[in-house]
Amino acid sequence: MSGYWDPHIERMPLEDLHALQEDRLKSIVRYVYDHSTFYRRRFNEAGVEPSDIKTLADITKLPFTRKVDLRDNYPTGMFSAPKSQVVRYHVSSGTTGKPTVVGYTKGDIETWSESLARAFTSIGLGSDDVVQVAYGYGLFTGGLGAHYGAERIGAAVLPVGTGSTERQIELMQDLGTTAIACTPSYFLHIMEVAEKMGVSIRNDTKLKAGIFGAEPWSLETRDRIEEATGIKAYDIYGTSEISGPLFTECYCKKGIHVWGDMFLTEVLDPKTGEPVADGERGELVFTTLHKFALPLIRYRIGDLSIMTNEPCECGRTHPRILRILGRTDDMLIIRGINVFPSQVESVLMNIPEVGDHWEIIVDRKGPLDMMSVRVELTSAGFSDKIGDLMKLKKKVSKELKAVLNIAAEVDLVEPGTIPRSMGKAKRVTDNRKI
Amino acid sequence: MAEIKQISLFVENRPGRTAKVAKTLSDAGVNIRALTIAEAGDFGVIRMVVDDPEKGYKVLKESAFTVSMTDVLAVEMKDTPGGLYEIVNTLGQSNVNVDYAYAFVTAKAQKAMLILRVDDIAKARKVLSEMGVKIATREEIQAI
Repeated sequence: MSGYWDPHIERMPLEDLHALQEDRLKSIVRYVYDHSTFYRRRFNEAGVEPSDIKTLADITKLPFTRKVDLRDNYPTGMFSAPKSQVVRYHVSSGTTGKPTVVGYTKGDIETWSESLARAFTSIGLGSDDVVQVAYGYGLFTGGLGAHYGAERIGAAVLPVGTGSTERQIELMQDLGTTAIACTPSYFLHIMEVAEKMGVSIRNDTKLKAGIFGAEPWSLETRDRIEEATGIKAYDIYGTSEISGPLFTECYCKKGIHVWGDMFLTEVLDPKTGEPVADGERGELVFTTLHKFALPLIRYRIGDLSIMTNEPCECGRTHPRILRILGRTDDMLIIRGINVFPSQVESVLMNIPEVGDHWEIIVDRKGPLDMMSVRVELTSAGFSDKIGDLMKLKKKVSKELKAVLNIAAEVDLVEPGTIPRSMGKAKRVTDNRKI
Repeated sequence: MAEIKQISLFVENRPGRTAKVAKTLSDAGVNIRALTIAEAGDFGVIRMVVDDPEKGYKVLKESAFTVSMTDVLAVEMKDTPGGLYEIVNTLGQSNVNVDYAYAFVTAKAQKAMLILRVDDIAKARKVLSEMGVKIATREEIQAI
């Protein structure tokens, strides 16, 4: 299949990779201790010094970093590099609190671009491709991140950003876009608009790959997109605190390659903070090994996943993480039961009578939490017999219950009723006042 | 013989939805012959017989409604006591199940018409014809 961007690094034997990680871990710990007043204080409080870190296993001696630390030290209190070395800022949207500011040195932008150049090469993209970047440009990392990665491999970048969906589809045809990077929910919207315009993505465009992320999405949604359009849909992962979008699956689609020379990834039990066994689910914790404006030590990103250290069929040796189940911030607790919106999605996308767009509404009636799921009825699922529609409601409700373990009211709504999103989809409205 | 095409629509139960349907058809110059709304809580199903079902279906589809076409029978009923009984009894005795039905009276022809959705349309047509019940054609519905 496709080749490698940096074969030496990507196929590095595990022992060599671990040795490189160990070297870089020791250097970055020393670097933050010397350059960041925040980390020096944090290490001192934890009673740990850079010289205590001798092997990779010693990482557990280091304290965690959390999102709240970035907020408390807003805007640049955690930076290790002086202002003169910073060449870029990105600022998170602050949907779950105060915004956070991330800075980059020239080298950090370089590393970020390299990370995505490897990733895009691993899904078969190269200099003959036209990559339409339909993530937001600006303070959000998605647009510029994907842009630099695609330029690095010599692809032609079409920097459309979000919105103007009809124009996106026209440009896609006129310029022969072969890959698009956007949120999966925005791509579903593009599919819908293309259909209304009478454009078949399969027959009237050259699109062959979608690079979808910035929000959790299910395998079932991937199947729907691939079946409807004939493209291959790949998962892209990252978050602004550690640069932005950084990693994708390779063409094998068996997990996202997290580059070990750039990041040290731990998977921990969210409650105890202890490592889980290889192949078990836990919270992802990243240490940036090669980032200098804002290095982060043991950053608890809040995403739950499973990691494997088995080398991939594609020949890459770096660890892989499986599909993100959800961010702990997105998890709903309904009547004491944890519910991830991505679980709801994977149930719904297996039911052909239900459309691609959906939302969850949570209310509190008296002491009880009530969850309702609004789904759009597709034309294919429409029977004009009321009994059939009631049966469909029951079926959706039953399948949700089987997976979530709680009862959900199902509302059938007309297609087009649920708001479409250009960026990160808002799938949950929580009306509880807690 | 071409069956009569009924248009069915899925609509949410909120103000203005039925008006939107009526406006869409009115703008397209499609005339409604008969209409019924079945409601089930949050949503309902509108069923109707119109003079030009293909056009009605097309304009509603273009307005992004969830719409389907269904074959139904339109039979003439005597507008006297026992008119309905005669028809449904014939179907029942022949084991034809009626999914739903609705009736209307035509001004011009001064006849009662019954729209029927049944599980076996060919058999219904046969047994009703044998009973001497008149079954309206598409052209007749259009011409009412």
